[in-house]
Amino acid sequence: MEPPAEHVHWLFATGFLLLGLCLLARAVVGAEVWDRRAWRAYLWPSLLFGLGVFMWPVMVFFTNSTIHMVAHGAWAQTMMLAGAAELGLVRGKLHNRAWHLAFPLALAVSGIALLVHEQNGWLFARAAFLHHALGWAALVGAVFPTLAVLQPRRRAWPAGVALTLVVLSVFLFADRDVAPIFGHLSQRAGVAHR
Amino acid sequence: MSTQLVTERAATRTRSARARLVGLLGPMTMLGGVAWAFLQPYRITLLHPHGEGFWWLLVEPPLLVVGVGLVFALFVAPGLIEDLEQD
Repeated sequence: MEPPAEHVHWLFATGFLLLGLCLLARAVVGAEVWDRRAWRAYLWPSLLFGLGVFMWPVMVFFTNSTIHMVAHGAWAQTMMLAGAAELGLVRGKLHNRAWHLAFPLALAVSGIALLVHEQNGWLFARAAFLHHALGWAALVGAVFPTLAVLQPRRRAWPAGVALTLVVLSVFLFADRDVAPIFGHLSQRAGVAHR
Repeated sequence: MSTQLVTERAATRTRSARARLVGLLGPMTMLGGVAWAFLQPYRITLLHPHGEGFWWLLVEPPLLVVGVGLVFALFVAPGLIEDLEQD
């Protein structure tokens, strides 16, 4: 009764898309306007925390090797840490702005984990290509939230964070378990899906 | 025309441009999902459900994109635009 792996990617893509849209709107209107309603201030950190929580069952049910398990566990932990840090800042339990760095940490760890746990080359199959693309996008995207902490008045950096999440969502939606990429599919990948 | 008036009008224009942009995020996302459904109709298994399993019928990626746009447009954008216009 477990969903196929690509369905899990698509469900996470949905979460990342909503998160990206919220952060994009926040970047457009500014944090001050966004945080004017309490529920809205909690919305995106809660989403991030929730995505981290949902990563645990993925780690338990969908990992077929130790490195897969470590990678998914690292994502779960860092996403929950980033969500919890932002929730703590919104609630006023945390005061140091350095806690905002938990978000770029989550992106960087996710990027590294994606690149490390994908052991096939870029053109092995679509899933392999997307894991490489996702890994590099997350790793490069981690620069935006870091700069947003260092230069809080610049609106370009929060917009960069939001667009990074939208790009990650598009990549996740494009995932298919065994499908060709740019016409290439390794003979060892298995039978192509639609 | 006084400098203060010009500044206030420029600020109002910026606010309304931002409000329009926020208002467009949901519909544009929905449009993306609909366009995807037309480009790859086979991704919507509900259109040809015979022989499909539970998960293939439940998780329809283009409809998920439309759903996200709808949720944003109905539940997030209106309040945000209201707050922006009161600013």
